[in-house]
Amino acid sequence: MHTIPISTDRHEEPLLCSGHAACPGCVEPLSVRHILDVLGPDTMAVVPPSCMAIIAGPQPFSSLRIPVYQPTLEASAAAASGLRRALDVQGKRETQVIVLAGDGGTYDIGFQCLSSAAERNEDMIYFCLDNEGYMNTGAQKSSSTPHFARTGSTPAGKTSRKKNLSEIMAAHGVPYVATASVGHLADLKRKVAKAKAMRGMRIITLLIPCLDGWGLADDGGLTAARYAVECGAFPLFEIEDGQRYTLNHEPRTRPVADYLALQRRYRHLSASDTLILQAEIDDGWARLQRRVASSDPAQPIPAAA
Amino acid sequence: MTSRSDAALTHIAQRCDVEAKPKDRPILLTGNHAVAWAARLARPKVVPVYPITPQTPVLEKITEFQAEGNFEAEIITPESEHSVMSACIPASLAGVRVFTATASQGLLLMHELLHYAAGARAPIVMANVNRTVASPWAFWPDQTDSLSQRDTGWIQFYVETAQEALDTVIQAFRIAEHVRLPALVNLDAFYVSHSLEPVSVPAQAVVDAYLPPFAPEHRLDTAHVESWGNVVSQDMFYRHRQDIEAAMGRVPGLAAEADREWAEHTGRSHGVIECYRCDGAATVVVGMGSMCGTARDAVDAMRDEGLAVGLLKVRLFRPLPVQALRTALADARDIVVLDRNHSPGHGGVLHQELRSALYGLPESPRIHGLLAGVGGVSVSPERIAAFVRQALGHPALVESVWAR
Repeated sequence: MHTIPISTDRHEEPLLCSGHAACPGCVEPLSVRHILDVLGPDTMAVVPPSCMAIIAGPQPFSSLRIPVYQPTLEASAAAASGLRRALDVQGKRETQVIVLAGDGGTYDIGFQCLSSAAERNEDMIYFCLDNEGYMNTGAQKSSSTPHFARTGSTPAGKTSRKKNLSEIMAAHGVPYVATASVGHLADLKRKVAKAKAMRGMRIITLLIPCLDGWGLADDGGLTAARYAVECGAFPLFEIEDGQRYTLNHEPRTRPVADYLALQRRYRHLSASDTLILQAEIDDGWARLQRRVASSDPAQPIPAAA
Repeated sequence: MTSRSDAALTHIAQRCDVEAKPKDRPILLTGNHAVAWAARLARPKVVPVYPITPQTPVLEKITEFQAEGNFEAEIITPESEHSVMSACIPASLAGVRVFTATASQGLLLMHELLHYAAGARAPIVMANVNRTVASPWAFWPDQTDSLSQRDTGWIQFYVETAQEALDTVIQAFRIAEHVRLPALVNLDAFYVSHSLEPVSVPAQAVVDAYLPPFAPEHRLDTAHVESWGNVVSQDMFYRHRQDIEAAMGRVPGLAAEADREWAEHTGRSHGVIECYRCDGAATVVVGMGSMCGTARDAVDAMRDEGLAVGLLKVRLFRPLPVQALRTALADARDIVVLDRNHSPGHGGVLHQELRSALYGLPESPRIHGLLAGVGGVSVSPERIAAFVRQALGHPALVESVWAR
């Protein structure tokens, strides 16, 4: 184990330091820095193999001024459960246990234990840093990769749609499920603060546009993050207790074509496929609106698009 | 075989001769319930556990203890053994004592995490009920499950009785926490796990005096920031493995010491290896686990017939107490190894381990390897005596031989 002096003033010394190993321009460390700024130093992170593990740095260095446990790729929620209970039994109930995992470690290989931890309502905040693929191994598809996107394992474009993680986790009836983006910083920080004040399983998925894996301009991360929300490809919403839906950013202000045009992974897309993708996003948006409406008895339920 | 005078090895090679202490009145327990009692007495703080035949009564007894208010631990019931071990490791690194139990397929599902636990130097203690490994499905005693995990960095014990299971789980915590390596206590399916026998359950105060609270210097703690699992360089990895090997090297001595002190507290000792009627024995039967109980009867019967036969029970299998074995078996002419396991293409694991451990002895004994009891087939004392007679009439083969 290695020792790092802890900062008592997190505003002067962020809990995620400069000098980390992220790709230049990546919004993942930016996202995590703001997350940790809200959570404070009484936080422990479980970080499975992922871009975040690289960002955390090789021994003896660490970009994180909090204790980090790096589990195996498929075990984050189980590991966080063990850590949580060991802290509880020592009376350290105020310490936040968080997971900082990628979409591969969440949607795919880590999904079984995540579902189990959600069923047990384990007390943790699970952050999925979703860059829609196995970017750390050079951009292969995960079940979070969207329809038509090109990756190393889907060179002709992915033939199936992105898994709807938030809906699945909401179906477990956990206290809090949310999506967030560093492109909408105030909303992100509000959600982290809200989750921090709650107990039980809280799951926040952040879209992390990957400069290399998506084929974005070097300074295009934040723009892509914003466009994803504005076109409805990555809507910002919250689900409380598995049933109360809130949309945090509406209406949609862009067609998906604007968002796709930023990314090389969609460069092959035909006009007709773009229309299909637009229709899928419209469907998802309408479903979300129905969920919001059914959460609030005062509003009429919109018809399916 | 002549007894050795090397005092340092006495504790390793023999059960300790201690005056009988006043014992608690024995109660009837299965091996599984003896394990659960041991876990209760050791006061672990976190117990992740998943049910699997034939281990399930361990889980149910522990949850029953908790429901009665007699087990103050966080019990986690995840969706798989894989998640059980995934939860065990950081819980241990957070500085609390961790216990779990599994069997067969469950142990194999943990395989990746077994390596991870040893690498993390997490002194988890786990009971494993030895059961056949599928496919095809079967539920019989067979030690292939745990023997196939011998390279994962876990200390491994094999026990013969329910009493030994209880005593060994408690001793294992002491040894594991001393060297910061995880420990596996193996008991055979049904013969040990489900057989009722009188078991002395020590008083809580006895165990508390024997087993100090787990208080590691390094732990995951936000007040003193340390981490585990970062990527390391080649040199760091190399040195880390050297540290693990050095820790393993201390285990036989520590296990002997832990057993001797347990004897001082309870009057019971099991040895790191145990030599039964080995004095002057030209032939020694070697085994692990419940089959040793059967072999004792076979040895007694052969001794009654005037045959100079003894039994050596390997209780500590990892690390293999090589020096103790070389000393204990130096004067044997024939060694008959009983393997209740099967490594395809390799034969019996204990057979090959013994051939390795005894290689180069000045008077090399003939080592006969018998695949006896594989898949849980019954091996009677009469059959063991027949194996010995047959082995004595033949040169030892390099390969293990099927025998039933």
